[in-house]
Amino acid sequence: MSEQTRPLIQVKNLKQYFDINMGFGKAKPLKAVDDISFDIMEGETLGLVGESGCGKTTAGRSLLHLYKPTGGEVIFEGRPIKTKKDIADFRTKATMVFQDPYSSLDPRMTVSDIIAEPLDVNIAYHPEYKDKEKRRRRVLQLMEYVGLNSEHAARYAHEFSGGQRQRVGIARALAVNPDFIVCDEPVSALDVSIQAQVINMFDDLQDKLGLTYLFIAHDLLVVRHISDRIAVMYLGRMVELAKASDIYDHPLHPYTKALISAVPVPDPKVAKANKRISLTGEIPSPLNAPPGCPFHTRCPYAKDSCKESMPVFDEIETGHYVACHRVKEIND
Amino acid sequence: MALLEVRDLHTSFFTDAGEVRAVNGVSFDLDYGKVLGIVGESGSGKSVTAYSIMQILANTGKIVSGSIKYNGQELVGAGEKVMKEIRGNKISIIFQDPMTSLNPTYTIGRQLREAILLHTDRNKEEAKARAIEMLKLVNINEPEKRMKQYPHEFSGGMRQRMMIAMALACEPDILIADEPTTALDVTIQAGILELMKDIQKKIGMAIIMITHDLGVVAQMCDEVIVMYAGSICEQGTEDEIFYNPCHEYTKGLMRSIPTSDNQGEKLQPITGTPIDLLNMPKGCAFAPRCDAAMKICIREKCERFQINDDHAAACWMNVKKAAEEGGATA
Repeated sequence: MSEQTRPLIQVKNLKQYFDINMGFGKAKPLKAVDDISFDIMEGETLGLVGESGCGKTTAGRSLLHLYKPTGGEVIFEGRPIKTKKDIADFRTKATMVFQDPYSSLDPRMTVSDIIAEPLDVNIAYHPEYKDKEKRRRRVLQLMEYVGLNSEHAARYAHEFSGGQRQRVGIARALAVNPDFIVCDEPVSALDVSIQAQVINMFDDLQDKLGLTYLFIAHDLLVVRHISDRIAVMYLGRMVELAKASDIYDHPLHPYTKALISAVPVPDPKVAKANKRISLTGEIPSPLNAPPGCPFHTRCPYAKDSCKESMPVFDEIETGHYVACHRVKEIND
Repeated sequence: MALLEVRDLHTSFFTDAGEVRAVNGVSFDLDYGKVLGIVGESGSGKSVTAYSIMQILANTGKIVSGSIKYNGQELVGAGEKVMKEIRGNKISIIFQDPMTSLNPTYTIGRQLREAILLHTDRNKEEAKARAIEMLKLVNINEPEKRMKQYPHEFSGGMRQRMMIAMALACEPDILIADEPTTALDVTIQAGILELMKDIQKKIGMAIIMITHDLGVVAQMCDEVIVMYAGSICEQGTEDEIFYNPCHEYTKGLMRSIPTSDNQGEKLQPITGTPIDLLNMPKGCAFAPRCDAAMKICIREKCERFQINDDHAAACWMNVKKAAEEGGATA
């Protein structure tokens, strides 16, 4: 990634709250994503990690306006997305690959119809695909991109293995020729040997088509492999953002440190020498998020002051953002 | 005599589409105080091996042949009465999904007490005391209060701890853990794995750790079995498997995981897709996906080949290498 690249997507103070019905007509906001900001450069892969329930999937979805964000703004190629027209335009440039290759494909559609559906829906943007032959050739081209046999175009999703289904999902995401893809845990349902095939394919497609990814996953080894930069989320907030190698070798936030140390390394000597930072307690419910720093209930360095105010997401080193009151003291 | 001796185990499922040979000649020994890891991808037969030991296969599944000896006692064909004595008492199992393996309508305490009352001579009061003691052992705070709660009030990590408490309540000799941490987050996983190691050191039982995650194996195991398509491809001590893999499938697996060494490089995945167990090839099951496959690999299945005292693999490459080296020295 060179210095001259400009941000393709800018996310500013994005908030996504859900109203949870507490009974008796009362509702309480669940702050799934609370005030996160980041940029994604052109051609970059930004990894987004965190444990279940931290809001990483919601962040991806509300970025694409699959939910209506509660607050904040998303700026794509310099233009903020506001009106319905903006969203419709945006959706032809930004698509999504879903986690579960079993439930995200319609069992009653053939593979070629699944892959071409985004073209059919957005036909106003791609009038050339009204022509049946062109549409067919586009489907075959997409299948070739993702390494599917063109003879399988008339088959149904259930005839494919998990890895092949995920390829169909990727071909569908590529149909409208997007610039940006949100990949939501695209390899976590796959076996190790198949996972590597799909990771390589994401790499190849990025080189070939100049794609930008937001790569959401909980497997830190995979995220580190594919990402240029990594963002770490905890309880709806972003706690750290830096270059992939910095997050991994030189984490500054206590949560990131614990997360990295907990990764099971597939090397017995390293695994046994590894000093794990253990976190006590469980992740608090986002309905009852603790006051102050959301991590203070489990943080080994927490002080009373951490309970009082929310830490600012600040640039501590060049390009290395951390949200922690005590970041300077604990990293000395 | 080893604590558990499995010899040439064959387990099949008889489905409408035909016989599915899920486990195809698996043999291993397990001793007190050892952690044995069984790794493989989905459909490799690792869970079915465990279920065969416990004899908790689905209706269509059956142990076709082979022998499973626990402390010298043959379990295959021993009958339900003997197995009831063994299950939970001598050999315990914890499952992957702590959400579905607990009964949502009973309290945690009742489910724990049930396991204890069923397998030991303790009376109700003693069972309750034992249950509280077990919850303490797996680091659950305020066990008295927790006993009265229902599974939905527990988080995923706590439910898995509770499962471990239940499995260990009767002091089994062998604990089978079937993907115990796959459904959990990494920080929670690390805690559970550490807990299992600690308890194992305290009690001295043996653990069979079934997982697809080589990272978990590296952290936990003394010995490792790598399975593919129902057979053992490679078996040996942890160091031998990780630092001197001798089966093409194991080598492929190691190359396909991202590590700190292959950063910025392309991963080298195993090509193709896992095999269809209904249409097993005549030769080596891995041959259709193997880059190094030779003619003999397609023609004939390779038998287990001892590489050294701590290591065996079923790959023709080793036979070929040994023959070449033998030829060179002769």
